[in-house]
Amino acid sequence: MALLVVKFDLKKRVKLAQTVWFMYWFAVLAGILVLSLGLFFKIELRKRSELMDNNESHFLPNVLITMGLLACGINAFGGKVCYDSLDPTKFAKWKPVLKTFLVFCMVFNALLILTALLCFIMRIPLQFTLAEGLKNGMKYYKDTDTPGRCYMKRTLDLMQMEFRCCGNDNYRDWFEIQWVSNRYLDFSAKEVKDRIGSNVDGQYLMDGVPFSCCNPSSPRPCIQYQMTNNTAHYSYDHYTEELNVWRRGCRDALLSYYGGIMNTIGALVLLVTMLEVAVTIGLQYVDTSLSTLANPEDIESESEGFLLEKTVKETFTDIMANMKAMGKGAKVEEGGEEGVATVS
Amino acid sequence: MPFLSQKFNLQKRVKLAQGLWMLYWLAVIVGIILFSLGIFFKIELRKRSEIMDNNESHLVPNLLILVGMLSCGLNAFGGKLCHDSLDPQKFSKMKPMLRPYMLLCCGFNALLLLLVLLSFLMQFAVYLTLAEGLKNAIRFYKDTDTPGRCFMKRTLDMTQIEFRCCGNNNFRDWFEVQWISNRYLDMSNDVVKDRVLSNVEGKYLMDSVPFSCCNPGSPRPCIQHHLTNNSAHYDYDHRTEELNIWNRGCRQAVFSYYSGIMNSIGALLIFTIILE
Repeated sequence: MALLVVKFDLKKRVKLAQTVWFMYWFAVLAGILVLSLGLFFKIELRKRSELMDNNESHFLPNVLITMGLLACGINAFGGKVCYDSLDPTKFAKWKPVLKTFLVFCMVFNALLILTALLCFIMRIPLQFTLAEGLKNGMKYYKDTDTPGRCYMKRTLDLMQMEFRCCGNDNYRDWFEIQWVSNRYLDFSAKEVKDRIGSNVDGQYLMDGVPFSCCNPSSPRPCIQYQMTNNTAHYSYDHYTEELNVWRRGCRDALLSYYGGIMNTIGALVLLVTMLEVAVTIGLQYVDTSLSTLANPEDIESESEGFLLEKTVKETFTDIMANMKAMGKGAKVEEGGEEGVATVS
Repeated sequence: MPFLSQKFNLQKRVKLAQGLWMLYWLAVIVGIILFSLGIFFKIELRKRSEIMDNNESHLVPNLLILVGMLSCGLNAFGGKLCHDSLDPQKFSKMKPMLRPYMLLCCGFNALLLLLVLLSFLMQFAVYLTLAEGLKNAIRFYKDTDTPGRCFMKRTLDMTQIEFRCCGNNNFRDWFEVQWISNRYLDMSNDVVKDRVLSNVEGKYLMDSVPFSCCNPGSPRPCIQHHLTNNSAHYDYDHRTEELNIWNRGCRQAVFSYYSGIMNSIGALLIFTIILE
């Protein structure tokens, strides 16, 4: 008993082939979309790889690019097969490869579902990479004369301005590291010597933040230095002041940005998967409807199209039996060879 | 004696009609591009109307939108004409409309030419509006509690950050205005009283700039205050220091952005005229 049988006459077959051909062209566009999403994500990761310690994983965008290219190829081929299915002579060419092509399509669809799952899961390693990278970024902020790190200050400043964030968790992270280069500190000044002497590591720490933390929406000019000293500024209370510097941490800001991109890509890949499953089913119907013609010579005769030749259970047992037979066949060959060897 | 006459047989006529039909569809696409460029330019002018004193002229983008829509309509109709010209029956229907349509096309091309001239000439108007608007914006920077001007600080800060510029002509424009609101000045302090008394208008002037003038590419943390006082900062010479704050003036920076847009629009319009 075949699964989901549908009766076809010539008109219905032609309509089916045309619809599936049309859907295959949509699927090619969807493949191009997946490819460009992968490229976009790769570029976004590359743009900020400095803040991720240059060891962010490019696994996900590479997978997306590969799947996009595969999708374009498979769907273009499927479209060509559908186009040719209207002409019996051309279709006879494609008939032998069709079964393997359909199996290949099913494997591809499973891979697409895996890719969508990956999009949602890869957020977690990204979180750890970001936390580590930002911590180091802030540590190297002052090293504008060290080759390899001299652009860290600019990168971090631009990022804080763009994402409207300050520090790793919040602005107090800047109080714990020295972010002013020693080249610009007057070591003969008493104030500098006091600050350096006040901590074990000999670092010039202060309760100030870089200018990129400033919030332009604040009604008063930015207070960057002596932030915890209320008396240093007129009418200022650092406990209640909210608009002066950005309050969000950069790890949160970057994570929600990249998380948003990955969620959107994952949702789109799921939609593409549904489209792919639909065209695979369509192609299966086209193939079976042309194989079961009541009168093979007359193209106007009726035929039946089905999803599976037998029920799901029987198909499954068939596949298991085939795989066992393949395994046994290999064993029998080995046994036969041994037998031949012993005989001679 | 007809001008530029050409001999045609049926095959040549069909080829001509087909080629012209394709050109008409290209012209429709160009019309859509013109329409979207007009909308883009209008949005860009609206985004920064605050620093242009809210009286910038929207003539060019409005005309561009109108021209884009007209172009789409006229070229779609022309394409239909060409498509029908291959069928004598359909063409005899359209024949009476052809003369007025060609006259309309000529008028449309004249309008396009006018628009090209406008897009190159209106740049002067934009420049003057910008100069006036930026001067007022710097003056109203501190008025964050005055309704109607309370967002001027944010707008000007974001403009300076985005366009990498400082002040109107250069950063010294900030030395000539009071950009700190009186609400945050301790009037009982001697330093403040000295500064306020040191000029006729009683303004709190100082040789400092807002944080949005800072250049992130500078190797040292930004020096905003006491810019002309070398001894206030270690290893600092204000005459030779180049990377600390942006050197460009905002009028120049914003104007070059807008003139770039208007020049591209002009170039595209010239291409459209040739196509039409």
